[in-house]
Amino acid sequence: MESMLHITTLHYLVLGAALFLLGVIGVLTRRNVVIVLMSIELILNAVNLNLIAFSRMWGGLHGQVFAIFVITDAAAEAAVGLGILIAFFRNKETVNIDEVNLLKW
Amino acid sequence: MAPIATPFFFYLLAAIMLIGGILVIMCRNAVHSALALIVTLLAQSAIYLMLYAPFVAGVQIILYAGGIMVLFLFVIMLVNIDRALKERQFNSQWWVGIIAATTLGGLFIAVYTKGKSIFPERIASVAEADNTQRVASLLYGQYMFAFEIASLLLLVAIIGAVVMAKKRI
Repeated sequence: MESMLHITTLHYLVLGAALFLLGVIGVLTRRNVVIVLMSIELILNAVNLNLIAFSRMWGGLHGQVFAIFVITDAAAEAAVGLGILIAFFRNKETVNIDEVNLLKW
Repeated sequence: MAPIATPFFFYLLAAIMLIGGILVIMCRNAVHSALALIVTLLAQSAIYLMLYAPFVAGVQIILYAGGIMVLFLFVIMLVNIDRALKERQFNSQWWVGIIAATTLGGLFIAVYTKGKSIFPERIASVAEADNTQRVASLLYGQYMFAFEIASLLLLVAIIGAVVMAKKRI
């Protein structure tokens, strides 16, 4: 009970791990490409939560700076991924990820 | 200022985040998933505030909940078809998902039970008043090169997104 009421770094790490697992399950099992991209955002957010928690633990700000870079990467990834999705939808008229098999042989 | 009722807010925000995350991967409609993801991101920015990271919390709200999610909703509007709602939502890889989730979850549990003593109980005290100034001086000082590379990355992403969305590719 004592460890439940005293919030430490470990609590934030467990929360980040749970969010990461949700994202992994979403990426592996969903068929809609948009939701797969959203699950990737969940994974990146779990990483960010860990970075901020460690930055709080050590009292430095390097983790926060790194989290800002991760957010930048997430924005770039979302823009390019959604652009690819639009190009794909224009060619195949579907958003089902099982249909993305042009490179499969 | 010492934080007030940290356990209550932590568990409340964690519950909101996890319920939002579950809704993201379970919802049939992609728009509902996007809305659940926005709720998750907002709760997460509140958790950043609890961790004395107000600048990252603001960036999270502006960039994620404001920018990226609007992009997602626009694309959902462009590609949303009723046929996608009637299809099977989960692929036949659910067993891969279960195996990966249990393996990763077991790994995390093992690391956290073993590493409980590694993470110190007492956490460092941080200055909260000049967070933004210190983040900025790090960004424009020590991390100058990475900052420039990030701008180059964004330029490449802009060009890539425009090229991908062109009429003929």
